[in-house]
Amino acid sequence: MDIDIKKPLLEVQGLWKVFGLKQPDFDPQDEEALARMKDSGVVFAVRDVSFEVKRGEVFVIMGLSGSGKSTLIRCLPRLLKPTLGQISINGQSVSDMDEKELIQFRRHETAMVFQHYGLLPHRNVLENVAFGLKLRGVPPSERLEQAREAIVQVGLEGWENHYPAQLSGGMRQRVGIARALVQESDLLLMDEPFSGLDPLIRREMQETLLQLQREVHKTIVFVTHDLTEAARLGDRMAVMREGVFVQQGTPQEIIDNPSDEYVERFVSDERQFYKSPRKPVIYFPKKKRQARPLPRVTAPAPLMAAERR
Amino acid sequence: MFPVDWQFHVAPYIQTFIKWLIVAWGPFFEGLSSLVLGVLLQIEAFLKWVPWWGWVTIVVILSWKLSHSLFKSILPGLLIMTIGMFGLWEVAMETLGIVIVAVLISLLVGIPTGIGMAVSERFNAIIMPLLDAMQTMPSLVYLIPALMLFGLGKVPGVIATVIYAVPPVIRLTNLGIRQVSRDVQEAAVVFGASRWQLMKEVRFPLAMPTIMAGINQTTMMALSMVVIASMIGAGGLGEEVLKATNRIDVGKGFEAGWAIVVLAIVIDRISQAAAQKWEPPKR
Ligand SMILES: Nc1ncnc2c1ncn2[C@@H]1O[C@H](COP(=O)(O)OP(=O)(O)O)[C@@H](O)[C@H]1O
Ligand SMILES: [Mg+2]
Repeated sequence: MDIDIKKPLLEVQGLWKVFGLKQPDFDPQDEEALARMKDSGVVFAVRDVSFEVKRGEVFVIMGLSGSGKSTLIRCLPRLLKPTLGQISINGQSVSDMDEKELIQFRRHETAMVFQHYGLLPHRNVLENVAFGLKLRGVPPSERLEQAREAIVQVGLEGWENHYPAQLSGGMRQRVGIARALVQESDLLLMDEPFSGLDPLIRREMQETLLQLQREVHKTIVFVTHDLTEAARLGDRMAVMREGVFVQQGTPQEIIDNPSDEYVERFVSDERQFYKSPRKPVIYFPKKKRQARPLPRVTAPAPLMAAERR
Repeated sequence: MFPVDWQFHVAPYIQTFIKWLIVAWGPFFEGLSSLVLGVLLQIEAFLKWVPWWGWVTIVVILSWKLSHSLFKSILPGLLIMTIGMFGLWEVAMETLGIVIVAVLISLLVGIPTGIGMAVSERFNAIIMPLLDAMQTMPSLVYLIPALMLFGLGKVPGVIATVIYAVPPVIRLTNLGIRQVSRDVQEAAVVFGASRWQLMKEVRFPLAMPTIMAGINQTTMMALSMVVIASMIGAGGLGEEVLKATNRIDVGKGFEAGWAIVVLAIVIDRISQAAAQKWEPPKR
C-alpha cells in the first residue's frame, strides 16, 4: 500500500457519540429533536468533532472531566462505536471495518496507554510488555527480546520479573508505555496517562515521553485536563467542552487568544504563571516550633524503586 | 378443605417421563454408567493401593509446602491417622473415590456452563433459575431420578452428588469472569485480543481465584452429599453412619461422623491453600 507521507495520519470528520439512543438513526441537523432527546436522558458525549493529526505530531485534547475526552479517544480504535461520522487512520476507514478487520487493525496500527494502566496482574513486567505481540502471534523468544528492548527504553531494566502490584504508579505507567511502544504502530493514544501520578512523578513522566518522542516520532493523541501538561507536550491542541471542540490551535495560540470564557478560565491561571513569576509565599510562624525536616525530593522512579528493594 | 375434585397430580407425568427416558435413552445411560463406574473403580483402586502411611506422608508434605508451619502440617497427618484407628480406612477411601469422581464431573460440566453464562445473557437467564431450584430442593429428592436412571449402587450416588454439588462452581465461575476489571479487558481489546484470546488470556485467568473458591465449595458439598448417597447403595463412610443410625449405635455413628469431618477439614485446608497460589502476587 502506498502511503502519502504528507497526508494526515488521522482524520476525524463529523464524529458523534450518543449514549442511550432509542432509535438507531438520528438527524444531527434537527436541533429541536436533539433538545427533546437530551431531556429524556440521552447523553451527547461527542458532538460533531472534526480534526486531523499529521504524522509525528502530538495532538492534545484538553477539557474538564465529563467533557467527552475519553469517549472521543475510545472511538478512534473503536472501543466505542461512533454514532455518526468518519474516522480514517493511515488511509483506512475505521468506521467501516468489520470485527475481523478491526482486530487486525488494532494489532498493527494503534496502541493505547490508559490512566488506570490496564496491566495484567498475573503477568510480570516482561510478559505485560510482550502482550500485544503475543496477541499478534509473534513467537515467544522474538517477542520477549523486543519487550526487553522496550523495557530498557522506558528505563525499567532490572524490573522484568516483577508484577504490577509490586511497582509504584509511575513505574506501572512506564510498563504501559513500553507495552505500547513495542507494537511499533504509528499511532499512539494516551488517555490521561499521567493524571493519577504525583506532581513530581508526573513532571518526570512528561520528560520521559518527550525524550522518547524525539527517538521514535510517533503520532500521538494525548488526553489531559491539565493545560500545563498540554502546553508542555502538545504541538497542537483542542479544547473540549460538553462534547464539542470549542477551540483548536497551538498551545501558544490558545493561551494568547482564548476563544471564549470557558477557554479563558483554563488559560488565566496558566498565563499568570508564565508572565509574572509568583511571589514566593513564605509563612513565618510567630511562635517557635520544632524544626520540621525538609520534605524529601522524590527520586526518579527507577531510583526510588531501587530504594524499595 | 381443598375440594377433592380439584386435585391434579403431576407425579404420574414425571413418572412417565422418567420411564420414557429409560427406554428411549437406555443405551446412553448404560454407556455413561459404565464409563463413570470404570473411572471410579480405577481411582478407588489407586486410593487403596497407596498404603496408609503413604497418604499420611503426602498430606504432611502438601500441608508443609502450602503453610510452612510445623503444627499445620503435622496435625492433618495425625487427624487422618485417627480414621485408620477407627478401622474405617478402606471405607474412607471409597468415599474419597466417589467425591473425586463427582468433583471431576462437576468441573467438567460446571466450568464450561459458568463460562457460557458469563458470555451469554440469554444462557444466564435460563440457567440461573435452574440453579436456584437445584439449591432449594431437598437433597434427598435427587436420589429418586438418579435411582430410576441408574439403579442402585455407586454410579447413581456419583450422579446425585454431582447434581447437588455442581451449583457453586457454576455460580462462582460465572461471577469470577463477570467481575474481571473493565480496565484490563479494555486494554486487551485495544491491543487486538479476539473474543477467544480475551477469555483465555485475561478473563479466565483473572477469574481463577474465584473459580477456585467455587471448586472448594463444590468439594465440600460433594463430601456432605456422599452420606446421603449411601442410602442408594453408594457405600463408603455414609453407609457406616446409616448402619449406626439404624442400630442406634451412637458410638459407631460418632466414629464414622468423625472420619467424614476429618476428610472435610483436610481437603478444605489443602484446597484453600492451593487456591491462594492462584492469587496474583501482591508484594
Ligand atoms: N457508557 C456510557 N454510557 C452512558 N454515558 C456515558 C458512558 N460513558 C461516558 N458517558 C457520559 O459521557 C460524558 C463524557 O464522559 P467521558 O468521555 O468519560 O468524559 P471525560 O473523559 O472528558 O471525563 C459524561 O457525561 C459521561 O457520563
Ligand atoms: Mg476520562
